[in-house]
Amino acid sequence: MRQLIILLKKEFTQIRRNPFLPRLIIAFPIMIMLVLPWVTTMDVRNVSVAIVDEDHSQLSQRITSDVSAAEYFKLTDGVYSYSEALALLEDCQVDVILSIPRGFEHDLSSAQPKKLGVDANAVNATKGSLGSQYLVQTIALTLSKQLAEQGVEAASDIVVVQNRYNETLDYRHLMIPALMIMLLILICGFLSAINIVIEKENGTIEQINVSPIGRFTFTLAKLIPYWIIGLFVISVAMLVAWLVYGLSPQGSLGNIYLATILFILGFSGFGVAIANKSDNIQQTMFVMFFFVIIFMLLSGLLTPISSMPDWAQKFTLILPPRYFIEIMRSVYLKGTTFVEMWHNYAALTGFAIVFNLLAAVSYRKQS
Amino acid sequence: MAAIEVHNLCKRYGKVTALDHVSFVVEKGELFGLIGPDGAGKTTLFRLLATLLNPDEGSATVEGCDIVKEYRSIREIVGYMPGRFSLYQDLSVEENLNFFAALFGTKVEDAYELIEPIYKQIEPFKSRRAGKLSGGMKQKLALSCALIHRPKVLFLDEPTTGVDAVSRSEFWDMLSDLKQRGISILVSTPYMDEASRCDRVALCNEGKILTIDTPDAIVRSFDRPLYAVSCSNMFGLLCKARADRGVVDCYPFGSTHHVVANDEFAAGQFVDNMKAQGLSDVVVEPAQPTIEDVFINLMKR
Repeated sequence: MRQLIILLKKEFTQIRRNPFLPRLIIAFPIMIMLVLPWVTTMDVRNVSVAIVDEDHSQLSQRITSDVSAAEYFKLTDGVYSYSEALALLEDCQVDVILSIPRGFEHDLSSAQPKKLGVDANAVNATKGSLGSQYLVQTIALTLSKQLAEQGVEAASDIVVVQNRYNETLDYRHLMIPALMIMLLILICGFLSAINIVIEKENGTIEQINVSPIGRFTFTLAKLIPYWIIGLFVISVAMLVAWLVYGLSPQGSLGNIYLATILFILGFSGFGVAIANKSDNIQQTMFVMFFFVIIFMLLSGLLTPISSMPDWAQKFTLILPPRYFIEIMRSVYLKGTTFVEMWHNYAALTGFAIVFNLLAAVSYRKQS
Repeated sequence: MAAIEVHNLCKRYGKVTALDHVSFVVEKGELFGLIGPDGAGKTTLFRLLATLLNPDEGSATVEGCDIVKEYRSIREIVGYMPGRFSLYQDLSVEENLNFFAALFGTKVEDAYELIEPIYKQIEPFKSRRAGKLSGGMKQKLALSCALIHRPKVLFLDEPTTGVDAVSRSEFWDMLSDLKQRGISILVSTPYMDEASRCDRVALCNEGKILTIDTPDAIVRSFDRPLYAVSCSNMFGLLCKARADRGVVDCYPFGSTHHVVANDEFAAGQFVDNMKAQGLSDVVVEPAQPTIEDVFINLMKR
């Protein structure tokens, strides 16, 4: 115990002395929480639309003004022909083209109405598909209003999409809990791993190895500072989320902290295990990056697990961040309780035990 | 019971044999030197004795404790100073010392009289970060840290490499002082001239020990006549001397070449032979053999 305290004191002195680390620990969560929620959004805005109006009718005027009034669209003026619009699309100046054929209004209530054409630039698949969907929605609304005014029942095939995606779901609120997890992965996983491997690179681990200090004590002394730092970082991140975005957890803070503790216990153990098997920082960083990319892309951080292929969904069961992300999002957005998510907590506990055992076993004082 | 006993110790790294059936004994209170060039296996031997490595064959004991079975006891009683400075560079002199004292469950005050002669030289800089010390000061701090838990045996792996001549000499004085206090010391060095400061030395090369004896006896064991030769064309002299009938071996040694002669060698004859081959200003003088001469001689056998 006395030895552990001495080792911890040394670790904290070293962290304090580090010209870079204390600043990073404070600046990193604030920067990520201030900047990334604005940019990591799938919500498509500023879709440039070119309308090729060959109808020149009252209805086509109405469609044009409705589109330009919608908040998602930016109307490109002065496009008179389809070929002109297509050239702009190719040039990436326009994302979506809406072409209204001659006689559209006239034939609207006839048996065979003329069809509207929508061309989307799908190089950016998300912007293209979401943009054209928004456009179809907007037009459908205009048309149904027009038809209702004329006292005609809307033809069913005119209304193509009913997309409520962004009516209920604010992407920023979905991303903020995920960003907090990214922070913990980077700080608890990477820093603890690098901290161990630096002792190898500097040769200081030799002196520790010839001393009577046990490997469990040594490993624990490497992990504890990053557990404390992790809790500090998540607290700062939650504070920023509340102050800047007005987002506070619907559920209890205790549930979030419990999940955080379990997750950083496990993940820092994972980092240390990798560091124990590496000889230098380069190896550690590369292996860590490999896993972190898998964790970030496969555990539902950015894209929903339910839309992954079946085998990938099964694979996510062995990724610790998956369980943590579920807890964070449910507690933050839905106010889920511990009892409802107990299996996620159990999974995180399991990972924490496995990774820390791995960390302690993989550290050898002898080779 | 001797301080260190090594029997047929062997260590291989893949196909490379770093240590090849090495045996020797270091008595209590002895200052024992391992002399040999880089790659002789000195560091491997230290790492084995400091229980950082396990041997492939053979056995060794430190103060009666087996290096494999009783490694825990060994870690309590040895002080190890690796060849590379391995203290915490971002901690101050004082913090390093306190840390290593605490690591062994002791206090700096308890061993202060032991480290005092060494530590008092760096004490004025005690709040300086270890990384900012000069080479000689780093070495003194490392020795202080290795002594902080009053070890019975001290392992010093090339402590004087990269240190200036004055500091080196001071360092050997400190070692003699520690020896007086009953600490057994195993020290390695690539510098042959430092061998004379040891009680006994082992000359080693490529994982093998060539000979073990006191420095004097080792020098005396050189049983052939030795000459220092020089002229204006040193390289030409080296090549031609090696071809001479009376010469067993010739190698550069400082500003001269050393010639190991056989019974047929006569100085006047040698000068004439060289003159016949176009080297007119050859000077031949008898030379005192050194450890280095013995080493080169043993290595070539």
